Amino acid sequence: MSLIALSAGFLPLLDSVLLVLAREKGFAAAEGLDLHLVKETSWANIRDRAALGHFDFAQMLAPMPIAATLGLNPLSVPMITPMMLGLGNNGVTVSAGLWARLADAGAPATLAAGPVGAALKQVVASSQQKLRFGVVHQTSSHNYELRYWLMASGIVPERDIEIVVLPPPLLPEALGSGGIDGYCVGEPWNTVGVKNAGAHIATVKAAIWRSSPDKVIGMRAHWAEANSDIVAGLIRAVHHAAVWCGESVNHQEIAAIMAAPHYLGLPAELILPALNGQFDIGGGATAMVPEHFVPYAGAANFPWTSHAAWFYSQMVRWGEVEHKAERARAAAMTFRPDVYRSALAPLGVPMPLADSKVEGLLSAPTEVASTAGTLVIGPDGFFDGVPFDPDQVEAYIAGQRAP
Amino acid sequence: MPVQDLAILVIDENRIRASIIEDGLREAGHARVTVVNEINEVARVIERDMPDVVVIDLENPNRDRLEHFFTLSRALKKPIAMFVDRSDASAIEAAVEAGVSAYVVDGLKKERVKPILDMAVSRFNAFARLTRELEQARSELEDRKVIDQAKAILLRTRGLSEADAYKLLRKTAMNQNRRIVDIAQSLVTADSLLGPEE
Repeated sequence: MSLIALSAGFLPLLDSVLLVLAREKGFAAAEGLDLHLVKETSWANIRDRAALGHFDFAQMLAPMPIAATLGLNPLSVPMITPMMLGLGNNGVTVSAGLWARLADAGAPATLAAGPVGAALKQVVASSQQKLRFGVVHQTSSHNYELRYWLMASGIVPERDIEIVVLPPPLLPEALGSGGIDGYCVGEPWNTVGVKNAGAHIATVKAAIWRSSPDKVIGMRAHWAEANSDIVAGLIRAVHHAAVWCGESVNHQEIAAIMAAPHYLGLPAELILPALNGQFDIGGGATAMVPEHFVPYAGAANFPWTSHAAWFYSQMVRWGEVEHKAERARAAAMTFRPDVYRSALAPLGVPMPLADSKVEGLLSAPTEVASTAGTLVIGPDGFFDGVPFDPDQVEAYIAGQRAP
Repeated sequence: MPVQDLAILVIDENRIRASIIEDGLREAGHARVTVVNEINEVARVIERDMPDVVVIDLENPNRDRLEHFFTLSRALKKPIAMFVDRSDASAIEAAVEAGVSAYVVDGLKKERVKPILDMAVSRFNAFARLTRELEQARSELEDRKVIDQAKAILLRTRGLSEADAYKLLRKTAMNQNRRIVDIAQSLVTADSLLGPEE
């Protein structure tokens, strides 16, 4: 049987791991797919080449397919997200100098978003110069969650601090050379900052917004429709990779695979923390973050339309798009739980019956209605306790306006 | 021709390629061309020169940073759109194939900018051809070295003549449907593993 060739772009980040495993462990081949992975240098390239069809699909920042569907980019074509590449994986890392000031202001070395944010507010207030933070892209979960954390801590981006964009591999170096004071990025680039630039991990995505998505599979809506069998096969292949990735017995092997020059090109010991949650957070301190990167458990691959709606609310919040009810609907419908469910139906795995959920409703792991068997998800929601109800997007946006 | 009045910024960390593009633009009559090799200078140069057209290589990891800077910059009065005309699919395709990305101040007429993009694309392709040929020449040299080593091993261990050694390598390659250099490399590797310790 000859395999169907599929080409996909990715950036050197740990959360490309499910695509890498789909290829390297034969899950893609088992679905009749010959998966070609192309390492790219910028999210702009991923976006443009996916739009032009150079890539059949790509690892994308969760808000990217939404921005494409809303026509916010040059070369915009409608995109869909039929599957998430896991939950979590980001952290906020600061320079040794900034960490010393945060610690003086009472920041605990526990990664807790609230107390570290409160300390940052004090430091910002007493700084002569604006602190500068790096994120990987404007339309990224990193940008939105960093800004959310800052705002909820009483710090107004642009007024109180500066946010710049840099590609992930260049962030640790920029921190080391003093160009920036901190950054929000996916692993392994927080760990690299700790090891190579004497940095300190201040907080993590799992503390700012629990059970939250970061990278997705993005593809052109027309292509997905015309190739529904291929898309279903791809979803099954990545599903098997996600299950396999979630088993701790495989972590060493996964780190070794990801260490290869054509994937991350970094020593395996810098890759392992993101997988097992055991972090060296700087200055000899360690922290255990069990939810740091969740490849499969708790419906981690399920594309909740409410997640898309939240990203949309942040695009409105930061002036990237003006709110209109039909835009909010189009944004939410970029995520396609129906495509995900129909692809995995033959496997009989438990999937949520609902398409969306209220963020911040679940404070403990909770069993939810599912297609088969038992499914436990959560806890979810934001560190400041403000819930997000996807049916009340307008009110949520209005409530966010005031700094 | 009013085309020459356009301010063009070329961002390329590859200095040789950047100067090739700059030369091409100057030959075409563009006087206001600025080349930036170092991304940290870009913000300052954009404020100073207010470019109408920005050309950047696709391999540049700083594209995201540049695009974000465009959204912040007050110097650029109008938003910058990528490529001349979204409907011109073949031009976009050619640019991406060549590895060029272009940003254009919104509102500029297509016929004013198209020649600039075409020039950048053709120079990028010319440069790629040159470097590809250089790589090819280098790898052929490497291949010859490995094949010579393999022949020497066959001379030493099986007493074959040089011509017969080469024939044997070629026959094996054909039988296994592999390249001669791959067979030679296997032989060299095996010999180093099995040979006497140094």
